[in-house]
Amino acid sequence: MIIVKKLVKRFGLKTVLRGIDFQVQPGEFVALLGPNGAGKTTFLRILASLSRPSLGEVNIAGYKLPQQARHVRASIGVVTHLPLLYGDLSAEENLRFYARLYGFTDYNSRITEILEMVGLETRRRDLVRTFSRGMQQRLAIGRAMLHDPDVMLFDEPYTGLDQDASSMLDVVLKTVAKQGRTVVMTSHDLSHAEELATRFDILSRGVIAASATQRQLKKTNLLTFYKQALLS
Amino acid sequence: MADHLSPSLLRAIFAIVWKDLRAEFRSFELVSAMLVFSLLVILIFNFALELDIKTRQSVTAGVLWSTFAFAGTLGLNRSMAIEKDRGSLDGLLLAPVDRSAIYFGKFISNLTFMTLVEIIVLPIYSILYNTNLFQPGLLMVILLGSIGYTAVGTLLAAMSVQTRTRDVLLPILLFPVAFSVLLAAVKASGGFLNNSELTDILLPINLLIAYDIIFIAVSFMVFDTVVEE
Repeated sequence: MIIVKKLVKRFGLKTVLRGIDFQVQPGEFVALLGPNGAGKTTFLRILASLSRPSLGEVNIAGYKLPQQARHVRASIGVVTHLPLLYGDLSAEENLRFYARLYGFTDYNSRITEILEMVGLETRRRDLVRTFSRGMQQRLAIGRAMLHDPDVMLFDEPYTGLDQDASSMLDVVLKTVAKQGRTVVMTSHDLSHAEELATRFDILSRGVIAASATQRQLKKTNLLTFYKQALLS
Repeated sequence: MADHLSPSLLRAIFAIVWKDLRAEFRSFELVSAMLVFSLLVILIFNFALELDIKTRQSVTAGVLWSTFAFAGTLGLNRSMAIEKDRGSLDGLLLAPVDRSAIYFGKFISNLTFMTLVEIIVLPIYSILYNTNLFQPGLLMVILLGSIGYTAVGTLLAAMSVQTRTRDVLLPILLFPVAFSVLLAAVKASGGFLNNSELTDILLPINLLIAYDIIFIAVSFMVFDTVVEE
């Protein structure tokens, strides 16, 4: 589903990603963990076709990046710590706009379905700027799932959320995982990642320093694994 | 699950224009700023240049285009900043559409806002300066000039919005590039206001049309590169 080979990303003289090999099977939920500045967001932006790799191969859902970027974009849903929504449009109008951009002709039932899934059906006509940060993040997930993508990419989705909003986001993310989608989530919050992911990859100084599945981690805890990976 | 969904170029352009107009007519954030700024510039020129009627007529084209250029820069900057601040530009770039649709959508929205401000400014200017600006030829020149200015302005705003100094950078980039359009627009507008011979006005009008085509074509070709990291 996602195959990355020897990926290098340079910004001028600075090399941020140093030959990453990364593979995700269909239905897997991978948490990409690492400290600030490890290159998590850069890596995810390349997977999302928002940034071009300097070297290496990236293949998502059978399509190559950057050559088949439009096909890749139709197959992925992206959620970042920014909502990618318009404050002066209502929740429904935001989804309608994105539905049009994704080529939907009959979108009303899909919009209702999405709003029900993220628990915002009763606020569908309210302007997004009146929403709390947590509600905006739930709508952002709805926006990313509107076109029913095979692959979901989450970049630090818990940033800026309070306890209640984080718990609600947990529920939505568990629903996403149960639907059998392939998920890659970057985070520096180990507790949420531990609860959701089936595999944990540690990104440090531009390389994948360690990788373990949930089953392999049963003998040790995620924090110990994470610290050992960063020290190695 | 989703395969490759992809709307037509026209549908995507329409969606972006609809979104921009809907959001703007709800908040009036952009048009009101452009309008207030335009009126202030006109008032300042009106009081700063205490001129007789004949001289006023000769400076009209210059004052008008200075006003439109300054207000236009304000609008172009804000229009792209709205996309960048909430990450919505990434939302647009993630859609499976040809990125020229994003350029044309933003271009048409920006042109609509600029035209709207011009429609309000022209009668006010006519009253303050006691000059009839409602001449078909002049209105055509204003439209042609606005098209060229907005075409290149939308591209440069997409470029400058990605920098920390976007507010300062846009005018620095835009004015030298748009100078040719503004010069031709001032010459053509002045020609119509001073009732010059059509043969004298034809050259700046042809230049305006040529600049419009060149700026739109170049922007269409390079927009994808400009918005990608």
